[in-house]
Amino acid sequence: MTARGIARRPPRLSIESWWLGVAPLAFLAVFFVWPTTALIARGLGDAVGSSLPWSRMASAALTTLTLSTVGTVLTLAIGLPAAWALFRRHWMGARFATALATVPFVLPTIVVATAFRALTRGMHFADTKPGMLATIVAAFVFFNVAVVVRVVGPVWAQLDDRQFWAARTLGASSFRAAMNVQLPALTPAIVAAAATVWLFCSSSFGVVIVLGGGSVATIDTEIWLQANRFLDLGAAAFLGIAQILVVASTLLVASLLRGRLRGSGLSRGAAQAKRPSGPRGVFAIVAALSPAFVVFAVPLSALVWRSVRTRNGIGLDYYARLFDGHELAGVASSAASAAGRSLTIAVVTATVATTLALAVALVATRRRRGGWLHIGVLLPLGVSSVVVGLGSLLTLTRRLPGGFSLVDADLLVPAAHIVVALPLAATVIAPALRAVDPRLRAAAATLGASPTRVFALVEWPLIRRSVAMAAGIAAAVSLGEFGATTFLVRPGAPTLPTLIFHLLGRPGAENLGMAFAACVVLAVMTLAVAMVSDNPRAGRMMT
Amino acid sequence: MTTHEGPPGLTLTDVGVRYGDVVAVDGATLTVDVGEIVAVTGPSGGGKSSLLSAIAGIVAYTGRIAWNGEDLANVPVHRRGVGLVFQDGQLFPHRSVARNIEFGLEMAKVPAARRREVVTELLDLTGLTGLGDRPPTELSGGQRQRVALARSLAVSPRVLLLDEPLSSLDASLRDRLGTEIRDILKARGTTTILVTHDEAEAERIATRVVRIDGGILRPL
Repeated sequence: MTARGIARRPPRLSIESWWLGVAPLAFLAVFFVWPTTALIARGLGDAVGSSLPWSRMASAALTTLTLSTVGTVLTLAIGLPAAWALFRRHWMGARFATALATVPFVLPTIVVATAFRALTRGMHFADTKPGMLATIVAAFVFFNVAVVVRVVGPVWAQLDDRQFWAARTLGASSFRAAMNVQLPALTPAIVAAAATVWLFCSSSFGVVIVLGGGSVATIDTEIWLQANRFLDLGAAAFLGIAQILVVASTLLVASLLRGRLRGSGLSRGAAQAKRPSGPRGVFAIVAALSPAFVVFAVPLSALVWRSVRTRNGIGLDYYARLFDGHELAGVASSAASAAGRSLTIAVVTATVATTLALAVALVATRRRRGGWLHIGVLLPLGVSSVVVGLGSLLTLTRRLPGGFSLVDADLLVPAAHIVVALPLAATVIAPALRAVDPRLRAAAATLGASPTRVFALVEWPLIRRSVAMAAGIAAAVSLGEFGATTFLVRPGAPTLPTLIFHLLGRPGAENLGMAFAACVVLAVMTLAVAMVSDNPRAGRMMT
Repeated sequence: MTTHEGPPGLTLTDVGVRYGDVVAVDGATLTVDVGEIVAVTGPSGGGKSSLLSAIAGIVAYTGRIAWNGEDLANVPVHRRGVGLVFQDGQLFPHRSVARNIEFGLEMAKVPAARRREVVTELLDLTGLTGLGDRPPTELSGGQRQRVALARSLAVSPRVLLLDEPLSSLDASLRDRLGTEIRDILKARGTTTILVTHDEAEAERIATRVVRIDGGILRPL
């Protein structure tokens, strides 16, 4: 039949106007798209026009590929047994251990890198190049075991046991049944985890710059060196393009693999995690978890230990010295004011990123072509924060005609943090909003609630917990952000991570001790933010 | 609302609903008198729910829907004065039973004391006496549907729309609650359109039954 008359637009039941998308789009255009495209243009221009340090760049690229590959393989080797012990076996404390296993992931890179510095301090092997490479890989494993556990574990927990037992009754040994039946079913999850780990390894700036000691360079750290030490912005920009390509090709390969592996028979059932049977079962769990535990616990203990071990024995001297208000040499700022600055920036980042993410989610889940906005907002995830930092340095540090400067107004660092945090915040909020049944909105509207009230009285109470969680993630990311920040901090206005980096680079046991103490403080701040926002009551505090 | 230019009650003239290329309702014409309970039956996917959605104003439609002759085309959902009860209640999970029922009264800025009176009255009417402070999650399926009904009745809608209100319940409860609902609606004189795939239920509750199939509405 043909429609008689013209149907009007579907009516609006809640806040969902397309203009909500304007603010996030404008923000990303100025603070992400412009810097990144300017960086690409600069890099391509210089690659044609001038001579670039090709051999250095090639070696940085090779180091990135090697370190990331070794890091990924080792992370899987340690993470998969841990995922098995946490998700396939039922034992007292398994849930607590699972929660604990995600802690390393929240910790700022500079903290983890410094923890490994604390661990290897005084070891001669650690000062050799192979020693540095080994330490870097160990730090990669520290960060990413949580990814493997969290991505593979839940899938593994749901694997249907019956196929395994079917294979066993057909005469397969336990090992062969696992290899032939369970492994293929797990492969998609393992591939997804591996791709994420590889991505994190290849753009892990803080770890390499702190632990590489100037003799190990990856693409990210080489960008920093070229820009900050050799003042060759062209080379830095060209490496930025290389970094974008590395990330893009990783994502591409991962999605191709996922497409090919889909339908390889991931049969899901309500499998029950088994209790360990006898001493052998208990031993298996201990053996599976030990490597991960060692990788986590040893460096963190070393960090805390070194932060309290002073020349005069055990004490809080370094903490006292750090926060006695004196201006630290070279950064023209006290540690207390750096910590305060970090907190302020974290609050600004959390507020703005969450608000923009909410706007994105409202448009993305309600408007027909809103999905594109969500995809656009995810783009910064595919670019290393070092690239964001360098791009902003190339474009946004200019003074506007009126004399206004983002640098002087201290807006550049928060803006970069928001770019990094926005995709993560949107990823948390959008599913929560999508989960609100459209008919619930209709029910409220028919009872006389205007679109604003439908949102305020029905949707907001249902999503505020996710919004609080998004704010917490944004704040935690901001507190630990290091890659972009190093390019953008104004002299005299360091954040806590850049202050720590500065302290690490200065001679003397006291500076190092203060760096360790500052790391403990930063870790506690970050974990506190993460814990508060994940609390069920956190959402209620926001109303 | 006070202009009585046309026939009293609800009139649908040549109403159509489509989602993209799919025609859900095709030229439906129907008159529902004030106080009448009309049941719309038909197979699933026949356009029953889409018809209700058009009357409620939550989907775009063509044609004309009018109350007492006043065209509702430009009246937004929250000012239409229609009540809508879904198959699964769609209670607000973060509000207690009483706070669910008084939601519409809050929207209409009814004073708190009067709201409490209405809530108590409706809890009694729907057989939920004493359950006002419970969260909806602690209720049985039948109780949830009673709350949904009470919530819609609280604002005395001009037209009450029931979308498969009993389908999620088991058979014996369905019979009992169906009779109860009919008595409540008759006692209050609420103009009602009931959508159901169950012909017996339609006969039990409604004063008149029409059938919609393939988007086309036919008197039975």
